[in-house]
Amino acid sequence: MRKKYLFLCTLLLLMNCASKEDEMYSPVPYKLEIPTLFANKLIAPIIPVDNPLTKEGVALGKKLFFDKILSGNDAQSCASCHQPQNAFSDNQQFSLGIDKKLGTRNAMPLFNLAWNFDELFNWDGKEFSLENQAFEPVTNPIEMHENWINVVQKLENHPEYPALFLQAFGSSNIDSTLVTKAIAQFERTLISGNSKFDKYLLGEATLTTEEENGFNIFMDEAKGDCFHCHGSNNNPLWTDNKFHNNGLDTNFTDLGLGAVTGDPNDNGKFKSPSIRNLAYTAPYMHDGRFATLEEVINHYSEGLQRSSTIDPLMKKVNQGGVGLSPKEKADLKAFLLTLSDPSFLNNPSFKE
Amino acid sequence: MKKIIGFIFIIVITFSGCKAELNCCENIKTVNVTLNFTHNWDGVPVTSSDFKIFKFINKNGESISIERLRYVVSNINIGDLNNNYQLINVGDNTGLEIEFNQVPSGNQQLKFTFGFSDTDNTDGIYQDLNSVNFNVPEMLGGGYHYMQFDGKYLDTNNQESGFNYHAIRAVDRTDPNNLKFEDTSFEVDLGAIDLKENTTIEINVNLAEWFKNPNTWNLNQLNTVLMPNFEAQKLMSANGKSVFSLGKVGS
Repeated sequence: MRKKYLFLCTLLLLMNCASKEDEMYSPVPYKLEIPTLFANKLIAPIIPVDNPLTKEGVALGKKLFFDKILSGNDAQSCASCHQPQNAFSDNQQFSLGIDKKLGTRNAMPLFNLAWNFDELFNWDGKEFSLENQAFEPVTNPIEMHENWINVVQKLENHPEYPALFLQAFGSSNIDSTLVTKAIAQFERTLISGNSKFDKYLLGEATLTTEEENGFNIFMDEAKGDCFHCHGSNNNPLWTDNKFHNNGLDTNFTDLGLGAVTGDPNDNGKFKSPSIRNLAYTAPYMHDGRFATLEEVINHYSEGLQRSSTIDPLMKKVNQGGVGLSPKEKADLKAFLLTLSDPSFLNNPSFKE
Repeated sequence: MKKIIGFIFIIVITFSGCKAELNCCENIKTVNVTLNFTHNWDGVPVTSSDFKIFKFINKNGESISIERLRYVVSNINIGDLNNNYQLINVGDNTGLEIEFNQVPSGNQQLKFTFGFSDTDNTDGIYQDLNSVNFNVPEMLGGGYHYMQFDGKYLDTNNQESGFNYHAIRAVDRTDPNNLKFEDTSFEVDLGAIDLKENTTIEINVNLAEWFKNPNTWNLNQLNTVLMPNFEAQKLMSANGKSVFSLGKVGS
């Protein structure tokens, strides 16, 4: 009789527990706000089937993104190097880690990441998927220099996180996979598609003569020929998300894609970054070598360096580049700045 | 008498029913067919693993490496079935096969267009091609590339130089306010093929022909900025017509 009673009580207790978990886990699907031009011009963004966007998941990801708890000394968050006011980059050539060690590459800006169709992230394409990308900085000794066991312990002992994980993923058993899933969800919501040029394409703004000239230089194969790698009025990402050697060096100190693939023919190749929001993302290039947009334009105009892997799209290498006049350079810069999207920087959903 | 009329009625209905069935429901056998685009340089197979290496020599004697090769075939017809278009990216090994289901068996005509004919070449309408940057600037009439073939050649000084053999609809920009276009896409007709269940049709793509026939291509003269070059586009179109041929057909 006692045994039967004990069994019944246990069963009831279990049923009660299960119903509480169920009660806590009823995530609300999160609908991405896709800009009109993106919806009209591009294929659908990449949302992994095993990590659908939910309001709870995105909110948790945002909290984690801005929380210094992920770093070894609780002094640095993802947002320390990916700051909203810099289009989720920073204004340093190389970012400082928690041990005051400098990185070796410029912090990449973060936006429109769900439209990276090849899902290869970082300057060298080392990480496949946003979820995988989020793993590495936490343990990198020159970045957040923490280990995942500690991170999980800190999150489990936190007064809020266990409940938030339960709401987002139906489990209060926190692990690194769920942490990176949540961060990836938040990162997919970082969409920038509301610049002056977007409005121009939608018939809501007009360009100055200089900006229009600059766009024509950008699109002219005989002038800037920027469009082959950096998008166009028909590709609002303004990047091909591919890897190119854009003629920065004759000899490489950083092999880029080549170090990932092991193929020397890939040495010196780095991802084409989007040219949206350049006003906020200086310095430029994978190593932040150029402080200004003028320096970037001068590079393509007359600063190209020959090497065995330089992309054939880099024209007139013998003359150092495409040879733009000072007026053409100024107009090109004026156009590039029309791709600035202040509403992205000021979006309260993207701020701490 | 009633029995006889009834019997005749049944016979008539029965036979007329049979006749109708014979006419309306003739059984047409359908099969699945796969088109497989394979690439070669005058018979030597070319895959992405052959890219980025100087291993080809064109008719003009220039040593060549291939860095990037992608092109569109459209209006792909087999029998009465039509596939709208497909981007073939040799470097990424994507789009090399096109599958057709429920094609009528027996002898069927296979043909397609290299690039887009003018009627299909509307600016910005193909989201998948926009997403991979395959557009043509509006100042050249918009629409899409037919082909992006990038590589390097050893120039007359034996120095590596880039080439961008980009095929688009030819545009004469002599008067920028009055662009004149010439549809330089072309139809490839591979003839009638006997289709059986799970037939695979190989389409040979001889890349050397782009530089060979009928125009011997001199990369020292025609290498980059070919998109706005009206005459170069017509030369490319002429050379392209011998690039595609029927390969093995098997099941």
